[in-house]
Amino acid sequence: MKYVDEFRDPEKAKILINEIEALAETLHSRWQRPIRIMEVCGGHTHSIFRYGIENLLPESIELIHGPGCPVCVLPMGRVDDCVQIAERPEVIFTTFGDAMRVPGSKKSLLEAKANGADVRMVYSPMDALSLARKNPDREVVFFGLGFETTMPSTALTILQAEAEGITNFSLFCNHITIIPTVKAVLDSPDMQLDGFLGPGHVSMVIGNDPYAFIATHYHKPVVVAGFEPLDILQSLWMVLKQLESDEAKIENQYSRIVPEGGNDVALQAIGKVFRLREFFEWRGLGSIDHSGVQLTDAYLAYDAETKFNVKSIAVADPKSCQCGEVLKGVIKPWDCKVFGKACTPETPMGALMVSSEGACAAYYQYGDLKKLNVRLEVEEEVAVA
Amino acid sequence: MCLGIPGKIVHIVDHELQLGMVDVGGIQREVNLSCVAEDDQKLESYLDEWVLVHVGFAMSVIDEDEAQATLGVLNELGEMQEELTAMREGAS
Ligand code: SF4
Repeated sequence: MKYVDEFRDPEKAKILINEIEALAETLHSRWQRPIRIMEVCGGHTHSIFRYGIENLLPESIELIHGPGCPVCVLPMGRVDDCVQIAERPEVIFTTFGDAMRVPGSKKSLLEAKANGADVRMVYSPMDALSLARKNPDREVVFFGLGFETTMPSTALTILQAEAEGITNFSLFCNHITIIPTVKAVLDSPDMQLDGFLGPGHVSMVIGNDPYAFIATHYHKPVVVAGFEPLDILQSLWMVLKQLESDEAKIENQYSRIVPEGGNDVALQAIGKVFRLREFFEWRGLGSIDHSGVQLTDAYLAYDAETKFNVKSIAVADPKSCQCGEVLKGVIKPWDCKVFGKACTPETPMGALMVSSEGACAAYYQYGDLKKLNVRLEVEEEVAVA
Repeated sequence: MCLGIPGKIVHIVDHELQLGMVDVGGIQREVNLSCVAEDDQKLESYLDEWVLVHVGFAMSVIDEDEAQATLGVLNELGEMQEELTAMREGAS
């Protein structure tokens, strides 16, 4: 237990780990197979790796790192669209820093910027709006990204642009929505999951009710979890408790942040400005019905896709990338042939290597590289033989 | 982007736009308070409160212990510096 002593309350952590071990043993002997729990949120993935939580758990528990990193699931075709918009001379293209290095089929936004496109990093969509205010002769485009956590900020910014009558501002909307995504994961035939750690900050916006179907329809437990190591351990323990008593319900471990009903102001703004897309393309996962949002007709004037007549073309991921399988938890990052070789955080091929919340980057940064080395040795031996 | 960062509301900038100045790790920046401000409460009553800020919008009022614990986690995840740099350079 090399990390536990760093935890805020090491005693509590040790008790939780002991209880988790006992529960896992009971379940494992009952089921005769590993217990598979998915953390949906990339923030959890990052925290799990940073604190070495996987090393603290018994081997019978497998954590599956879900699709909850919005930067990681951006398909290449969308990055190409960004670059295309950004390269227009009248455009100031604004983006969160995380998205700068995501590879498109030809270049990333960072490379477009190096080639002269006016791409600027912003911290908030409000910064993008103030650029529009200051540069009335330019078109300012904001690259909207993220699940329901960041969706309200984009929605409120659009409402503000409308209130001020700012017309040289638009949104390239890549916001995605959590519920259809989780549903797609649950319906995927190659996934067998026993329970979920629910995303803390998405739930702060949407509340807990939207997850109810996971318990009622799929009979899987969901525990909405915080990001501290103790939060994660406690939430895992709560999932296991439910599994042990064959229950499935939605529990809220993170009630200090997540109100049962979500955030009204945020939900209203989202409801006013956005509607579901029929489908949205995900990197590695393909198209998922209703998983993205777009502006409603009343706000089409703020839609960059309409304004600049962007015709999204789906671009296949490079053949050597196995991001989809990693995202679905079918393989571990080090099983991908290019992991740690052609694909590293410095030279990412897949998006999972770009953001620190991506499973591949997390494995690369904190993971057990011994396993990778074993694979590389085997490959070398094969090559030599 | 997704984890947010805790900050303390130090003064109110604009009542109509519901903007407050929030101190995050020594950096001050304007933050939109509309998601945490309840209609019937004067914005002033939020002075000195801690909030969790996501991309320039306060999304939740938190207590000081929670704020400190979250700052600790962000520091250890190495996301503190990134977030602060983004904030500082944001509007330039
Ligand atoms: S190593 Fe790179 S290409 Fe392979 S799954 Fe991870 S991000 Fe995708």
